[in-house]
Amino acid sequence: MKTIRTVFGKEVRDNFRDRRTLISALLMGPLFGPILFAFVINLSLKQSLPDASQPLELPVIGREHAPNLVAFLESNNIVVVDGPESRDAAIAGVSRGDHDVVLVIPPDFGEDLAKLVPATIEVITDQANTQAERETRRARRALNAYNQELAGMRLVVRGVSPVIMRPLNIDEVDVSTPSGRSAILLGMMSYFFIFAILTGGMNLAIDATAGERERGSLEPLLCLPVKRDNLIFGKIFAACFFMAISLALSLTSFYVTLKFVPLQDLGMTPNFGIDVVPVAFLLLAPFALVGASLMTLVASFTKSFKEAQTWVSVVLLAPTMPILVVSILMVRPSTALMFIPSLSQHLLLVDLIKNEPLNPLHIAVSVIGTLAIGAILTWICARLYRREGLLG
Amino acid sequence: MIVVDNLHKSFGEVKAVRGVSFKAEDGRITGLLGPNGAGKSTTLRVLYTVLKPDQGIATIDGIDVVRQSLDARARIGTLPHGAGLYPHLTARENIAYYANLYGMARDGIDARVQEVIDALDIGDFADRRTKGFSQGQRTKVALARSLVHRPNNVILDEPSNGLDVMATRSLRDLIRRLKELGKCVLFSSHVMQEVAALCDEIVIIAAGQVAMHDSPDGIRERTGCDDLEEAFVKALDRVEPVE
Repeated sequence: MKTIRTVFGKEVRDNFRDRRTLISALLMGPLFGPILFAFVINLSLKQSLPDASQPLELPVIGREHAPNLVAFLESNNIVVVDGPESRDAAIAGVSRGDHDVVLVIPPDFGEDLAKLVPATIEVITDQANTQAERETRRARRALNAYNQELAGMRLVVRGVSPVIMRPLNIDEVDVSTPSGRSAILLGMMSYFFIFAILTGGMNLAIDATAGERERGSLEPLLCLPVKRDNLIFGKIFAACFFMAISLALSLTSFYVTLKFVPLQDLGMTPNFGIDVVPVAFLLLAPFALVGASLMTLVASFTKSFKEAQTWVSVVLLAPTMPILVVSILMVRPSTALMFIPSLSQHLLLVDLIKNEPLNPLHIAVSVIGTLAIGAILTWICARLYRREGLLG
Repeated sequence: MIVVDNLHKSFGEVKAVRGVSFKAEDGRITGLLGPNGAGKSTTLRVLYTVLKPDQGIATIDGIDVVRQSLDARARIGTLPHGAGLYPHLTARENIAYYANLYGMARDGIDARVQEVIDALDIGDFADRRTKGFSQGQRTKVALARSLVHRPNNVILDEPSNGLDVMATRSLRDLIRRLKELGKCVLFSSHVMQEVAALCDEIVIIAAGQVAMHDSPDGIRERTGCDDLEEAFVKALDRVEPVE
């Protein structure tokens, strides 16, 4: 016990003086996630907000052939402007990206309407251009509304109720809460936290074997009259300590970032208040032991610090796999899934952010299961530390 | 006292040590001499317990290094080949870390660390971080670190490697002082002059076997060479080559 404490104390002091550890534990993890997140959210806000209050400028060719339609469009907050001189010019303009969408009204539009023949109207758009999608959708929605209105009027003229055209009344009931909607986007947050945990302890985990060996300090260390298990335990616990710091900073910086991201404009109010931060910390913290022992294990097979860094970066990606698979398959949280480290933390965090009640059994399985796997990996590290091949 | 009896150690196909036996007495300096790759480091590594012998017995003060490795380790101070320090810790912190790991009583550590700092004359840079230390400074700190628990046996693997003249001289002085204190000093080297200047006993190792074990004078006599270097070369010829 005294050995573990001595090694732990030395590693903590040593690494607080190491700029490499400080940058990765206290800067990289905690800042990388929130900044990337704020960037992505702001980008998608710009992309997808259907700002109906802003008038849409719609170029129309042949507006003189359909004055009623133009009046209808203008009453729907669409400003009709003169389009290019010809249909060909409009097609060229749209494909060049000069216009998002152009309406073409042929000269016989009014005549067809009067004859009750379906009157053609062309919507020229580039479906590959996602930027234009929003404008096109808005123009088409206005045209559909006009279509409905004309059809209704024709029925009324013939003494038929327009309601006859609507045999079904489709009513969608959306049960998602604003917090729930945010979970889809905020689901990616859990990976940032796991990433922050891992980067926090990365240098220490590598140092425990590859670093000590490269420096030549491993051999004298192994000559000391102490159990090697205790050396590795002290080192892994020190790594966990830095991981916990990194996680706490990361959660806090997210909490601050979310205050400045206008998520409510996207219809999201994530449950990520100051009271959620410590709960999230406790849910995620057990993963530190798995991360620390796994990275130590991987690093112990490598010859140098550089080689260890390469392989340990692979470990940084490994926790995304289960999260990715489950996100694609849309699997609901179950007790069995709680045995998988990183995935169980992800699922619990998503529920927490959705403000849904957490299943105590799930929490217990996640915490105990993750710690158990961490303990097994730590034990394997201790076994490897006893090998003489460790000296390389 | 260090006793090695019929030690064997192979790494895969390579037979590094093939039946090495010798005895290093307390109050004497024993030099392990041999060309590169002769099996010196492997023998020492078995003694300070980071390698397990395939065959044979090694004891430190009568304690078996394999079966009671923790007790054996407590009785030796080791300076392995190229012993590294922790660059972010000061020399004093490096030494104190080891003192703690040796299980020394906490309240006695500061005084004892100061004692070895004075003994090795490293007070000038004891409170600087060891990053950027010269090889001589590093060796002294590593040595201080391995002596902090007052071991009865001291094992040094090529300690003078990379040291300049002055550093080598002060290292020799220190080794002599350890002898005066009645310690058992065992060190390896491939430099004939160094071994001749220091040792009471010389164990010449070649191709994993003991070629000759005697005092410097005894070796001169047995090979019929006045020059120790000549004697060394002659002694090596007696070893059968590895099959």
